[in-house]
Amino acid sequence: MHLNRVISVSWKGLVKNKFRSLLTMLGVIIGVAAVIIMISVSKGTEATIADRISSLGSNLIFVQPNFSRGDFRGGPGSPGSSGGLVFDDAAAIAQQVQGVAGTAVEQNSEQTVKTPLATLTQLELLGTTPDWPTVRDMSLASGRYFTTEEMNNKQKVAVLGSTLATELFGDAPPVGQSVSVGNTKLTVIGVFNHKGVVGNTDFDARLYLPIKVVFQKFTPSFFARVVGDRVRLIYVKLDPTASMSDTILQIQLLLARRHNVTLDQPDFTVTTQQDLITTQESTTAAFRSLLAWVAAVSLLVGGIGIMNIMMVSVTERTREIGIRQSVGASPNDIRLQFLTEALLLSLVGGVIGVIVGVGGSYVFSRLGGMRTVVLPASVLLAFSSAAAVGIFFGYYPASLAAQLDPIEALRHE
Amino acid sequence: MKVRTIIEIDHLTKIYGMGEAQVCALCDVSLQIGENEFVAVMGPSGSGKSTLMNILGCLDRPTTGRYVLAGEDVSNLNKAELASIRNQRIGFIFQSFNLLPQTTALENVMLPLLYRRDVHLSDAEQKQKALKVLQAVGLGDRIDHKPQELSGGQVQRVAIARALVNEPVLILADEPTGNLDSHAGEEIMALLTELHTQGSTIVMVTHDPKIAAYAGRIIHFVDGRIETDHTNGKSTRHSSTTVQEGSYAPE
Repeated sequence: MHLNRVISVSWKGLVKNKFRSLLTMLGVIIGVAAVIIMISVSKGTEATIADRISSLGSNLIFVQPNFSRGDFRGGPGSPGSSGGLVFDDAAAIAQQVQGVAGTAVEQNSEQTVKTPLATLTQLELLGTTPDWPTVRDMSLASGRYFTTEEMNNKQKVAVLGSTLATELFGDAPPVGQSVSVGNTKLTVIGVFNHKGVVGNTDFDARLYLPIKVVFQKFTPSFFARVVGDRVRLIYVKLDPTASMSDTILQIQLLLARRHNVTLDQPDFTVTTQQDLITTQESTTAAFRSLLAWVAAVSLLVGGIGIMNIMMVSVTERTREIGIRQSVGASPNDIRLQFLTEALLLSLVGGVIGVIVGVGGSYVFSRLGGMRTVVLPASVLLAFSSAAAVGIFFGYYPASLAAQLDPIEALRHE
Repeated sequence: MKVRTIIEIDHLTKIYGMGEAQVCALCDVSLQIGENEFVAVMGPSGSGKSTLMNILGCLDRPTTGRYVLAGEDVSNLNKAELASIRNQRIGFIFQSFNLLPQTTALENVMLPLLYRRDVHLSDAEQKQKALKVLQAVGLGDRIDHKPQELSGGQVQRVAIARALVNEPVLILADEPTGNLDSHAGEEIMALLTELHTQGSTIVMVTHDPKIAAYAGRIIHFVDGRIETDHTNGKSTRHSSTTVQEGSYAPE
């Protein structure tokens, strides 16, 4: 019997039992969808990490306050200790640690920002130092960034992210205009080029200003006068020739001395880009292996489902098999017919699974805030596993059908 | 005039079961049936006539003995080879019709063409052939009807069309009128008689002497042996122990 006829005979057999066929395919659908989602999520995470590496630049160390401890030590009960990480720590690192090419500091706040055109509430302000654009690889579309003098003199100037500039001023050139932030009027001196969203941060929707203006106007603190102005993050850029581990140790020793804590119980955390990547990768790996198990189990259960239904089908259609045998179907013809039915079931299940998987990846990226990348190779992998499941689990029932005795089969009611 | 022998069986035995429980369904039966004979096989249930039909139809193999169908020894063929013989050499007509349900008359008749291995016919050629035999049995206007939409007589005529579509050398009919009323039964017998007139070789199992009367030769089975073998009203008595040579008469 020719293959296209085998396929058309098998197809008709499945269409006669639409609902049962759909139920049979369910396991395969879930398995295939899981394979595709699994791969798209892990590929998406890899892409995110790759982006982050390129956006951070290499040789970057992050120093962050260890909040629970920092706040406690910053309290009135411990006057001798620091208030977590302070602005002067950055300067100390730059001056006293060998192998440091530069440092940048961040402190943020949320304020209402107004122009004649728009009012934005809870907009993120980022107070930084003059070398921040260099450390974060940001370039200016117009105007300039502020200088060290402007920062030290607490000049009321601002630089805008690209989308923020459009929101606040429309098509008009923002440089030279003024914008009110909270109760303070700032003068726009520059606009950044488009940078995009990295991680969870939209670089284009923030307002950048001298960090000392933030300390003075937007995060005033009583203890600042005693111990210095708190910052939430210090970036340390390494000299390319310097050793990462040596530099980290020097930073830790310096900060421990300045903060009067031991290295066993520091009030700060030093992380490298590599740490971030490792954390992220281990999370993804756990997620990926979970999904891999889900996929494998679903495909297995789906395969058993197919086998189950094919067994029922062989029993139910014993008489049909007998009729076919009596008019000349050989054992091979019968086997091929049932094997093709199993294969069609799993392939149609595979197609639906691919659709569900691609749709699921999209939903994941929308609702889960997870970036996903659907690879053609993953679609192919999922599809061929479905086919393999169909052939593997369809073979036994098909062989049973082929071995039926025509006389018995014809007598079957 | 020497007539070609279609069926030649020689010392054929079929035994079911093992050891003490052995049952001899066919015991040392020899028989010859020539081309264009119309033979009725009669006998009580358990007499071995169904077993004979199964072996003649290549659905079953004898335990011992030889079966030559139209010059080809089919006693020792494997399942696939037997399937191919059934497909190309034999047309079956069953008491319970055995058509595929939910399948049109045309598709049912095309079924044997689907399993042909010797020639490959295109879809159009298959349809053409099936249509031709359906027209020959008087169902040219019912080709798109499914079995449940047809009367019993019409269903059996579709089955006859299916039996004829591969131009078999032998037509086997197992109680072809058993599930039909007498009027439809007469129609079917008229059709079989017409096929016989056109040159077909037919072997038919029946209980009904009136139906058997359509045949030119009537063989009675009892206890797995041929008891009598009448040709055109003349009777040949079979001894229960001796081997009987073929007893067909040329027409």
